[in-house]
Amino acid sequence: MNNLVSIKSLTKAYERGKQRVEVLHGIDLDIAAGDFVALMGPSGSGKTTLLNLIGGLDTPSTGSITVDGQRIDQMNSGELAKWRSANVGFVFQFYNLLPMLSALKNVELPLLLTSLSAAQRKRNAEIALQLVGLGERVHHKPKELSGGQEQRVAIARAIVSDPKLLVCDEPTGDLDRQTADEILRLLQTLNREHGKTIVMVTHDPKAAEYARRQLHLDKGTLVNDAAATA
Amino acid sequence: MKYFQLVWASLFRKKARTTLTLLSVVAAFLLFGLLDAVRVAFTVPDESLDGAKRLVVSSKLSIIQPLPYSLKAQIDRIDGVEKSGYANWFGGIYQDQKNFFPNFAVSPEYIELYPELALPPEQKKAFAETRTGAIVGENLAKKFGWKIGDKIPLQATIFPNKTGGNTWTFDLVGIFHGATPEDRRNEDQMIFRYDYFDEGRTFGTGTVGWYVVKAADPAQANRIAQQIDKLSANSANETKTQTEKEFQLAFVKQLGDIGLIVTSIMAAVFFTILLLTGNTMAQAVRERIPELAVLKTIGFGNRTVLGLVLGEALLLIALGGFIGLGLAAGAAKGLSAAFQGGVFALTPRSWLLGALIILALGLIVGLPPALRAMRLKIVDALSGH
Repeated sequence: MNNLVSIKSLTKAYERGKQRVEVLHGIDLDIAAGDFVALMGPSGSGKTTLLNLIGGLDTPSTGSITVDGQRIDQMNSGELAKWRSANVGFVFQFYNLLPMLSALKNVELPLLLTSLSAAQRKRNAEIALQLVGLGERVHHKPKELSGGQEQRVAIARAIVSDPKLLVCDEPTGDLDRQTADEILRLLQTLNREHGKTIVMVTHDPKAAEYARRQLHLDKGTLVNDAAATA
Repeated sequence: MKYFQLVWASLFRKKARTTLTLLSVVAAFLLFGLLDAVRVAFTVPDESLDGAKRLVVSSKLSIIQPLPYSLKAQIDRIDGVEKSGYANWFGGIYQDQKNFFPNFAVSPEYIELYPELALPPEQKKAFAETRTGAIVGENLAKKFGWKIGDKIPLQATIFPNKTGGNTWTFDLVGIFHGATPEDRRNEDQMIFRYDYFDEGRTFGTGTVGWYVVKAADPAQANRIAQQIDKLSANSANETKTQTEKEFQLAFVKQLGDIGLIVTSIMAAVFFTILLLTGNTMAQAVRERIPELAVLKTIGFGNRTVLGLVLGEALLLIALGGFIGLGLAAGAAKGLSAAFQGGVFALTPRSWLLGALIILALGLIVGLPPALRAMRLKIVDALSGH
C-alpha cells in the first residue's frame, strides 16, 4: 500500500520562557493511504502535537513530513492554509461549529474557499449532511442539535471538500458511549467505504478498537505500533 | 460576495449588543447629517453666475456703519460696472418678537441685481409705482397668510418713524419666489422701497447700509473692488468691497463660526462612537477566537480572516451610517417644510463626507481586532491559550 503520510526524524520543541521543551523526539512514521490510525498515549505524551503537525496546523522544529507527496514542513503559512483546505478534514472534540450558522452553512464553509458556485456549494453540503445521516436537519443551528448530531455536522464539514486525510482529535471525548460508537462507526464507514485515511487521537481504548492500527506515544516517542482487531 | 452571509451572521451573533451599537451609530450619523445640513444652509454662499458677478460694498469699520449716497454715482462711473444698487437693514418685527425675518429697504435697481428673486412683471411694476410698497418671499407670505393688497405693519427696532411711532405700514404689492430650489433660501425675506424708508426715518437720512455692484464680467470683479475702495480711501467713509460670497461668510461669522461649532460637536460624537464600536468589535473578536481558529484550520488564509473581521466592522458602521444619513435626509426635508423656506438638505458633498467618515471609522474600529484575528496562532487558539 502507498504511504499517504511519511514522517522522518520529526522533532517539535517549544520555547517556554528561557527553557526549550522538546515535545516530540525523532518520530519516524508512515501511514498508508486508506489506513485508520488511532494515536494513543497519556496526557502530555505529544499526541495532539503530532496530529497538528500531520494536519499542517503547526510546523516541526526538525525532520520532514510528506503528505501525498508534498513536503508540508517546507510550506509557509499561506501555502499550508491552501493545502489544508484541499487535502485535510478536521474533527475536534468539541465540534467547533459556528453557532450562528445553520448545519448546512457550517458544512459549506470549506467550500467558500473553492471556485464552486453557490448552488454547487449548497448541493455538495447537502450531500455531505445526507452521508452523515443529517439530511433532515440541514437548517438547524448547532444549539438545536444534540452532541452526536453536532459531531456529525463537524464530520460532514470535514469531508465536504473530499479530502484524502481526516484528522480527528478526541472526536468522541464529549459523547456518551452509545453516541460515541455511532460516530466511530461513521468514521469507520468513511474509511472503509470511501477510502478516507484517518488519524485519530483518543484516550479511549474502545474507540481505538475501531481503527485498523494503534500507535502509542509516550513522552514524545512512539513506543508501540499494533494492528487493531476491529 | 460569497463571504457576505458569513460576515452578516458573525455581526449579528449577539443581536442585542449589535443592535444597540448599530442604533448609536445611526444616531451619530443622523446628528451629523442634520448638523451638516444646518452648516450648509448657513454658510454655503450663493455661487451662481449672478452671485459671482456681484460685489458688496460696506463700511470698512463695520457692516452697520452707513455709507453716503454720493458714492453711487462714483461707483457707476467705474469701468466694468454694469449696475449698482443699495440697501439698508431695517430689522423690523411683525406683531411679536418671535416673528423675526430678514427685512430691508432697497433701491430701485435691487430687483434687477437679483434676478434669482423671481417676481411677475406686473408686480414688479406695482413695486416701482407704490411708495409704500413691499414684496415678500413666497414662504414668508405662506407663513403669515399674507396676500397681495394686504397692509403689513412692522415694528421698528432701530429706526423710529418720523410720525412719532415705531410702526411702519407697508402695502404688499408682490410675492417673489426663488428661481431655483437653492434660491428658495431667500423666500423668507421682505424688501421695501428705500425712498419710503429714507424719508420716514428720524436719523441717517441720505445714507445707505451697503451697496451691491454688478460687474459686467466676473473676471473683472477684483479690479472693480479695488477701484471702489480707492474712491473713499483716507476719507471718513472708507469702504470694504468684497465678493458676495466673502460678504455672506463674514455676515454669518457674526453669528459664530458655525462650521467650527458643527465640527467640534461631530468630533466629540464620532470619538464616542469610535470608543463604543471599537469596544464592541474587540469584544466580539475576543469571544470568537476559537471560531476564527476553526476558520483558519479549515483553510481560511490570514488575509481572508483579516478581511472578514474588517468587513464586519465596516458593515456595522456602514449600515448604521447610511441609515442615519438617510434619516437625516428625511428629517432635513421635514425641517425645510417646517421652516417654510429654509433649505436644509443633505448635499452630495454631505453624503460623500459621510461615506468617507464611515470608511475611516470602519477601518479604525476594525483594524486592531482584524490584525489580532490575522495573527492568531491556530494551535494556541484551539487549545484556549
